Amino acid sequence: MAEIKNAKKLVDILHKNCKLSLEQVATMADMTVPEVAAAIDALEANGTILGYGAVINWDKIQGKETVTAYIELQVSPQRHKGFNRLAERIYQFPEVKSLNLMSGNYDFGITVEASSIQEIAMFVSERLAPMESVLDTATHFVLKRYKSDGVIYDVPTDDDREVISL
Amino acid sequence: MTFKPENFLSKAVTQLPPSGIRKFFDIAAEMDDVISLGVGEPDFVTPWHIRDEGVYSLEKGHTHYTPNRGLSELRIEISNYMKRRFNLSYEPLTQTIVTVGGSEAIDIFLRSVIEPGDEVLIPEPSFVCYKPITQLCGGVAVPVLTTAEHSFKLTAEALSSAITEKTKVLVLPYPNNPTGGIMTKEDLEEIAEVIRKHDIMILSDEIYAELTYGRKHISIASIDGMYERTMVVSGFSKAYAMTGWRLGYACGHPDIITQMTKIHQYAIMSAPTTAQYAAIEALRNGDNDIEVMREEYDSRRKIIVSGFNSMGLDCFEPEGAFYAFPSIKSTGLSSGDFCEKLLYSNKVAVIPGTAFGDCGEGHIRCSYAYSLENINEALERIESFVKKVR
Repeated sequence: MAEIKNAKKLVDILHKNCKLSLEQVATMADMTVPEVAAAIDALEANGTILGYGAVINWDKIQGKETVTAYIELQVSPQRHKGFNRLAERIYQFPEVKSLNLMSGNYDFGITVEASSIQEIAMFVSERLAPMESVLDTATHFVLKRYKSDGVIYDVPTDDDREVISL
Repeated sequence: MTFKPENFLSKAVTQLPPSGIRKFFDIAAEMDDVISLGVGEPDFVTPWHIRDEGVYSLEKGHTHYTPNRGLSELRIEISNYMKRRFNLSYEPLTQTIVTVGGSEAIDIFLRSVIEPGDEVLIPEPSFVCYKPITQLCGGVAVPVLTTAEHSFKLTAEALSSAITEKTKVLVLPYPNNPTGGIMTKEDLEEIAEVIRKHDIMILSDEIYAELTYGRKHISIASIDGMYERTMVVSGFSKAYAMTGWRLGYACGHPDIITQMTKIHQYAIMSAPTTAQYAAIEALRNGDNDIEVMREEYDSRRKIIVSGFNSMGLDCFEPEGAFYAFPSIKSTGLSSGDFCEKLLYSNKVAVIPGTAFGDCGEGHIRCSYAYSLENINEALERIESFVKKVR
């Protein structure tokens, strides 16, 4: 695979703010606009950039009832497949928002979202727990979100600096 | 008898001109929806681990004075830092003093060395405090002009022609507020060559030393023969986003530090204790914070410089601090008029170059210590203003 110019710098810029114009990204990365466009195309094509989205505090959106749970899953790995086969079966569920293989007391850490506690309970008891090689589950419901993916869930504070200072 | 304050005020103080932008400042502060590029301090909040150490010191009840020169732990860290970052060796207990901001360090140094009639060379445009402090000491402030053509560097020629028998101190304010100019090792070698022929001290104001883009800051104290005659002043405000903590320091010859300590001791006692504990943490574990903030400033720097150039306001590429200093000569307006009209008609606050010395005429200082959104909005408003006045 050909090396993509300034890949690290570009993904840093876009990860912080993907609303910037190509011109601005080019200025910030010391590149030309066609170079940036080509690099971003390549990053999309090779699966480095998987999508673009806004960071939302869903608690502020009325009518959208979401319950989030963090589920610890203990499993026994499968012959020749390790944990991957089971991971593939778990991440296909649309309720599963994130899935990580962990070190420590349990194997998979799963973030699940649904519209009610009952739905999550059903998901765990009817989908996850009965899977072959699942040994144990522990479900923790999110009560309040303070910070997610580096973003603090609070109203940003105003700039309290003086308008002018030397 | 009626009390008349004017009968009491000292001439030295009343003759000091007030800050030229005071009126302008008041207008900007009163207006709604003003978008500002006028601030001379970081927009970042002090990194949490540093704030947390300040809070922890309060929890532990460290609410007393510290030794006059500052906590010895802090002075040891300052000494380590100067070695680590700039390869300068200072004995912590005799060659460093912790002050209330870099400003106090400048004040007590000049007060320690200036006698009536002594001349202080001040490259301009530059920060506003050197001249009034010199004058309060009875000294004579001699501006040395720097220009965009020479990247706002102090040149050996300009320095040589400004030196007289009365010259006592050269102020070296680099990286520079307001121009963003820096001095490279080669530039400093040329200055040192001139200094070696004379008996002059250097006040090197290195408050923006950590904010350089593309190359590392070099202190003139590290140039051959300059160490003993240089007083380096710096502080925590710009590197660690700690302006409100009011903490700075000076490093230099022990005999001069001893005399500076006397003024500090009588006027200040000791720098704020909470801030000193926080500063120890900054120096021990803050190198990475500097890096993160510098990268962010660098992105904004590129956006603002390219923004000014593309709207036809020639902008010298600043290599240090967090200011752009574009030329507004093409609009035909003076700096003062430009800033006032821009504020009234398009509600953007920037600072006339003349606030930093007469030779700042034809320029405006625009800080990029703001979010990209803020900078972009300000650039759009300035562009529409420039189109109107041209």
